[in-house]
Amino acid sequence: MSMPERLKPLLLPLAALLAFEAAMRLAAVQSDSLAPPSAIALALAGALTDGSLLIATRDTLASAFAGLALGGAIGLALGIALGLSHILNRLMEVTIEAIRPIPSVALLPIALIALGFGYRMEIAIVAFACVWPVLIMTRAAVGGIEPRLIEVARVLRLTQLDRVRKIVIPAALPRIFLAFRLAAGIALIVAVTVEIAINPLGLGAGIMTAQQALRPDLMLAYLVWIGVTGFVLNAALMAAQTTLFGRAALTGDGA
Amino acid sequence: MAEPALALVQASPPPARAQIAFDNVALTLGGKAIIDTISLEVSAGEILCVVGASGCGKTTALRLAAGLYQPTGGSVRFEGEPMRAPRREIAVVFQDYGKALLPWRTAAGNISLALETIGMPAAQREARITELLAKVGLAGHAAKYPTEMSGGMQQRLQIARCLAQDPKVLLMDEPFGALDAMTRQGLQDEMLALVAATGATVVFVTHDLEEAIYLGDRVVGLLPHPGRVGLELTVDLPRPRDQLATREHPEFLRLRRALFDFIKASE
Repeated sequence: MSMPERLKPLLLPLAALLAFEAAMRLAAVQSDSLAPPSAIALALAGALTDGSLLIATRDTLASAFAGLALGGAIGLALGIALGLSHILNRLMEVTIEAIRPIPSVALLPIALIALGFGYRMEIAIVAFACVWPVLIMTRAAVGGIEPRLIEVARVLRLTQLDRVRKIVIPAALPRIFLAFRLAAGIALIVAVTVEIAINPLGLGAGIMTAQQALRPDLMLAYLVWIGVTGFVLNAALMAAQTTLFGRAALTGDGA
Repeated sequence: MAEPALALVQASPPPARAQIAFDNVALTLGGKAIIDTISLEVSAGEILCVVGASGCGKTTALRLAAGLYQPTGGSVRFEGEPMRAPRREIAVVFQDYGKALLPWRTAAGNISLALETIGMPAAQREARITELLAKVGLAGHAAKYPTEMSGGMQQRLQIARCLAQDPKVLLMDEPFGALDAMTRQGLQDEMLALVAATGATVVFVTHDLEEAIYLGDRVVGLLPHPGRVGLELTVDLPRPRDQLATREHPEFLRLRRALFDFIKASE
């Protein structure tokens, strides 16, 4: 693709931004919710240079990744166990289907009483949200392993531990990684939501502070930054997935 | 008569114990009789080929011999002991080599899986892997992944992985069924040479009647619904077998006719 061809998709958003800027200036709008793109860019630059935005990003990502690690580990362990054992799966099915639909943010009041404000509460809620996609997709990945491979493990007389270590996990790995990629997106969403709702740290709290200070430019700057963060996170995980498992893994189910 | 003591010894040799014995074996799965009943003995060093129309339970019989299934009636014994689970002495070569190999491991890694499981120290594995790859004609392909190999090479690799556990018995489930004719003939001869060198017992399931006669010391024909033994032929053809001479031998043609008639009648 030539350069102009590659830039074509950017034409419309750029035009929209210019039109927005022009409209805001011509109408001389005074608003608590809107700001011209130039003001947003300035606020973004300001928040970046004074370090407040980077500290907020660090706090949000730390909570999101800690929650992802904790919830993902629980989901992975349960998913492997349930994928391997039909009996265990039958036993746990009702319990899981009863707990899973609870929106993670609905746990906020309980988490707040139990853990108070701060990282621990946010990590716990993110972890709860991350358990399910990882559990469900790992269970499906393990249950969907080529039966012949399990038979090979049996005739070679691999121990139960070796079967999991040498056959089950490597065979399910592309789909397990996909589960973690989706869970990472969820982790960021839930972390920001918890911060907006209640927790006084991170990017979500930054938006709320800007809103209450009647700074629509700064508020929208945070919004743009959260979008950039999510985009970069997903792009990085996609790149890792492609490098590790090749293009085939990106098709979705990996089967 | 001059030496009665010796004559006595010759008259009662120790009973030749079958290596694998099916004793009135029956298998019912989900209320459906898959096998009812098979009695069969395979002696050490023998090559037994099993043929039959589809649905005759030949693959199931092989799984029973491997210890992957347990019979619902009768017993399967290996060297006199009942088969309760797969054993190190018995290796299985599956037809679908593409599914039976670990795609995330190289050729060397796939063989290593069997060596790790029998507890061979890491320091000794590499030499053994090189030796096994050379044995099946894959020298120099150690670093290749299964997907980078042809079907024939993949099946050779699976055979090498089986040989890694030093088996006394090779159970082969239509191992060459998915390969083209030339590759298949080449592998048939390589397999016969390997087996002759190791002295392993082979139970070889195939739907190719000529392949069964070409390879076997004995051919068993199964009847379908439910699976049971319908025919037993002893293949009295000279070894080593030869793709042209053996297949033109009058005895080969006679056996071929007998097997074709049997399969036709059983369908």
